[in-house]
Amino acid sequence: MNLIVARLIAQRLALGLLLLFAVSILIFVGTMMLPGDVAQAILGQSATDQAVANLRAELGLNDPAWMRYLDWLGGILTGDLGTSLSNGQSIADSLLGRAGNTFFLAFWTALIAVPMAILLGLLAVRYQNRWPDRVISGATLTTISLPDFFIGYLLIYFVAVKLGWFPSVSTVYDGMPFVERMRAIALPAFTLTLIILAHMMRMTRAAILNVMQSAYIETAELKGLGGLKIIWRHAFPNSVAPVINVVMINLAFLVVGVVVIEVIFVYPGMGQYLIDHVAKRDVPVVQACGLIFATVYIGLNLIADVVSILSNPRLRHPK
Amino acid sequence: MADQLLEIADLRIGATVYPPGEKPRDVTLVDGVSLTLEKGKVLGLIGESGAGKSTIGLSAAGYGRGGVRITGGTITVNGEDILANGQSGLRRLRGKTVCYVAQSAAAAFNPAHRLMDQVVEATLAHGVLDRASAEARAVELFAKLGLPDPEHFGQRYPHQVSGGQLQRAMTAMALCSEPDLIIFDEPTTALDVTTQIDVLAAIKDAIHDTGVGALYITHDLAVVAQVADHILVLRNGEAVEYGPTRDIIEQPKEDYTRALVSVRSIDHHARQPESQPLLDVDAVSARYSADLPPVLNQVSVQLSAGQTLAVVGESGSGKSTLARCITGLLPIESGDIRFAGQSLPKALKSRDKETLRQLQMVYQMADVAMNPRHTVATIIGRPLTFYFGLKGAARRKRVLELLDAIELGPEYYDRYPAELSGGQKQRVCIARALAAEPKLIICDEVTSALDPLVADGILKLLLRLQESAGVAYLFITHDLATVRAISDSIAVMLQGEVVRYGTHEQVLTAPFDDYTDLLLRSVPQMKLGWLEEAIDGRKMTGQDQ
Amino acid sequence: MKLPNNPLANIPIAALIGLILTTLFVVAAVFAPWIAPYSLSESVGDMWESSSAVHWLGTDNLGRDLFSRLLYGARTTMTIAALATALAFSLGSILGILAAVLGGWADQLMSRTIDLLMSIPTLIFALVVLSVMPSTTIILVLVMGILDSTRVYRIARAVAVDINVQDFVEAARLRGEGRVWIIFREILPNALSPLVAELGLRFIFAVLFLSSLSFLGLGVQPPEADWGSMVRENRQGIVFGVPAALIPAGAIALLAISVNLVADWVLRRTTDLKGGRSG
Repeated sequence: MNLIVARLIAQRLALGLLLLFAVSILIFVGTMMLPGDVAQAILGQSATDQAVANLRAELGLNDPAWMRYLDWLGGILTGDLGTSLSNGQSIADSLLGRAGNTFFLAFWTALIAVPMAILLGLLAVRYQNRWPDRVISGATLTTISLPDFFIGYLLIYFVAVKLGWFPSVSTVYDGMPFVERMRAIALPAFTLTLIILAHMMRMTRAAILNVMQSAYIETAELKGLGGLKIIWRHAFPNSVAPVINVVMINLAFLVVGVVVIEVIFVYPGMGQYLIDHVAKRDVPVVQACGLIFATVYIGLNLIADVVSILSNPRLRHPK
Repeated sequence: MADQLLEIADLRIGATVYPPGEKPRDVTLVDGVSLTLEKGKVLGLIGESGAGKSTIGLSAAGYGRGGVRITGGTITVNGEDILANGQSGLRRLRGKTVCYVAQSAAAAFNPAHRLMDQVVEATLAHGVLDRASAEARAVELFAKLGLPDPEHFGQRYPHQVSGGQLQRAMTAMALCSEPDLIIFDEPTTALDVTTQIDVLAAIKDAIHDTGVGALYITHDLAVVAQVADHILVLRNGEAVEYGPTRDIIEQPKEDYTRALVSVRSIDHHARQPESQPLLDVDAVSARYSADLPPVLNQVSVQLSAGQTLAVVGESGSGKSTLARCITGLLPIESGDIRFAGQSLPKALKSRDKETLRQLQMVYQMADVAMNPRHTVATIIGRPLTFYFGLKGAARRKRVLELLDAIELGPEYYDRYPAELSGGQKQRVCIARALAAEPKLIICDEVTSALDPLVADGILKLLLRLQESAGVAYLFITHDLATVRAISDSIAVMLQGEVVRYGTHEQVLTAPFDDYTDLLLRSVPQMKLGWLEEAIDGRKMTGQDQ
Repeated sequence: MKLPNNPLANIPIAALIGLILTTLFVVAAVFAPWIAPYSLSESVGDMWESSSAVHWLGTDNLGRDLFSRLLYGARTTMTIAALATALAFSLGSILGILAAVLGGWADQLMSRTIDLLMSIPTLIFALVVLSVMPSTTIILVLVMGILDSTRVYRIARAVAVDINVQDFVEAARLRGEGRVWIIFREILPNALSPLVAELGLRFIFAVLFLSSLSFLGLGVQPPEADWGSMVRENRQGIVFGVPAALIPAGAIALLAISVNLVADWVLRRTTDLKGGRSG
């Protein structure tokens, strides 16, 4: 790794941290400064003024905003995500197991979806404008238009309820055997796969097609090289960066898609925890979850940036 | 005939086009072209854009770009029908018997691999040589083609070497597998003239030394005359004239060929400058940003009213920057630009409407210089309304007059730019500039994107308009032939400085400075043996680093 | 540039189907009160009756006529989605083009703000806001519109930056034209077709987004109903084998697919037109 690349990557990382800092301010300000009093919102319109005032004092709402922000940020940096308003429990403790569940689901989904998307993308390029490409493109255009819960409930209705192959509710608990756990996440993982597969495959296809239309591919064809050799030696090295970019962007989608899927399958993950507490107007929980989701999202985009810097021959071999 | 390398008989090539909102339709790109090429000889394919010359060239490798297909005729290489054995037969042919050199080597090399790996790839894939011998041959070819440090040249990546070097490397790549036929597709068109001559000489030597046969495709007859044994002139996918190079150049039979040969032979008498210049550029320096070196350094030129000053130079010479400074798009750093006796404010936004009106500009790419959503009437009419407040019938009448002045009929009034040909677009741009009734028009490479015959028409039009309207031109170009044809005075620029400046006669008469000499010698001339003369007579080597 | 006289003359079959279905959805939404056999909230039967001559699509979890609710739901869903899309478009395209034309620090300021807004996933951002704001129609339109305007801004700015550096815009500047002419006469006509093609896709996104929010219980609130909240109300039935929730979910899917088919066709046509450059 040379100096230019190292400097560029350091720049991106610094930019990512700066962005994260700005996002934390945005989330904090968004929940604290918007019209509508938080204390009033929690207690409802019927609450007495005294009760509202008490809650305001308890929440520290009477302190200046910047002080509350620094308190909050300091807490997060030391692993203290605050206390839930609705049940008084430590948010960090409640989140730990749930975050584990969410990442378990996301991990297995990615493990199925990513290779499948790349394979289908390659297939579509290989048979461009012929029937495999048309079928794949038509199917993905359709799945892109389907709401997450439509796919989810369709699967529950037919696969779980009518056929009884998998449980319709994805209950998991500590110490659950691995096979059981996999059975429980089968349907949500499959639903998520369908949701991100379409996007990822379409973008992969576009990225590879873009490379396949380059002049150097024509050069390779005019050298009399075989189809596989052209793809492997000439298309692949230049497609790595755009394809990884596509994968990262879609993994970021996945992080968000998880929220709805967890609600559909009543899966005890971070998404459902967030939704429950949004409804209860439990601001500290929403702030903490929002920040975690945003961090993962920014992190994945950062990885995509770094990979494309690393794989650029112009940067790796400067003049 | 045993020594026949390539034989194409009654070739027909078609493609399907998909016009928006209409049914797809088949078009014919090449219609019944036949040609033959003997072993070790060079055949030049020449024609303007749309002539089908690249399509024919690639068909010799059985290749069609993006949906182009061979619909009829036979293609025989070394006595074998290349289309007879399907894709696998073509694969054996390509890269081994028939190789290809593209116009833009920069795009044709894979950015991810070292040059050596790409140069020997076809040789290894077809089992012509083992890796060690292939690399040794590549190094030998690098040396023959005049590449620097041939031993280690192959270790570099494509982006690490210059355009001229890449073009040579691509020629080495084609020669490496010792093919019988190489297709050269405009291999020097994208290069500067002083680089072009070196690459051209290198290619010619390499063809001669290896005894390979070649199809040499270009739009520039003067270039192809230097390397080809025979020339086939093409137009709209059909053959116009075929013959030995000498006959085509010296005794063309067809009118079209004659027009191509006599292009740029415009008769123009250069005038002497007047004492009071219209435009006086005085010791101007400019740079794009404070931490970059200046792109213009102490540039001084003058232009008299109604005359033409040609500013000539290669890419990076600063000639276009000079235009940007005069128009105010790039405020100058020091010096002074006086126009009609008045000092021009440096920045565009501090100039008044009257100054802007008197100084108009015509661009290189006419199709992006006009708003595609405006009609010709709006494009030419807007300056009339903007500067003179002309409206309604008066405006319409004046637009029609201007259309007439650029030799376009009233039927063009309501057309959109996309409905015009390249030459017509440039004419409309000229009319737009004329509509402002300016004293000076800056012409930035206005003919370099056009085919030679069309460009000729534009130059003649500009000269005629100069006589009738008395407008002065600042003519920016890289093409010395154009300069010769139209200028009254000339400034030669190199790396941001004016290296030679004076009247037409002063600049183009010996003794020359080194750079002007190099430039003059590098312009391809329509005669046999020019390349050898030019190479022998050079005092200074090209800027091909 | 020759436009075909009748743009529908060569419409592909898929786009035609999309166009017909989209029209049907719009008609259903507009004329819901006249078409619907029952009112929105009237309980007219048992819980989760299956479809019959009286109740074409059966009844919902509170015994309300599902077909009638579907029609009214179309109204709510499409109105909010359309308003949000309109807001996203006007806001995003005006700011985007302005950023491109102004350049310099104004562009930097706007673009970095948009970067910041886009660095938080849209759904998460909406959830954060809706945790402190009531889910009224106006708030929903504002939140969805503003969040989606970031996408439109990106596209509009990219397109406008591209056009802004073209020679014909420079020619207008050299002529001395003011900003108004440059934005409205030079840039906008050329930026319009890629933006219009994007319109359909943004509308689908708004429909799906609103449905997700309502499904999560944070979008349209009872007694109002949209398709997402209807899925939410009837989801318990799925486990017992009652497919009522699938009907509004399917309606969303069908609408999204129809609009997608039309948008895809428009997109192809405009890219074809853009490629009409000769030489």
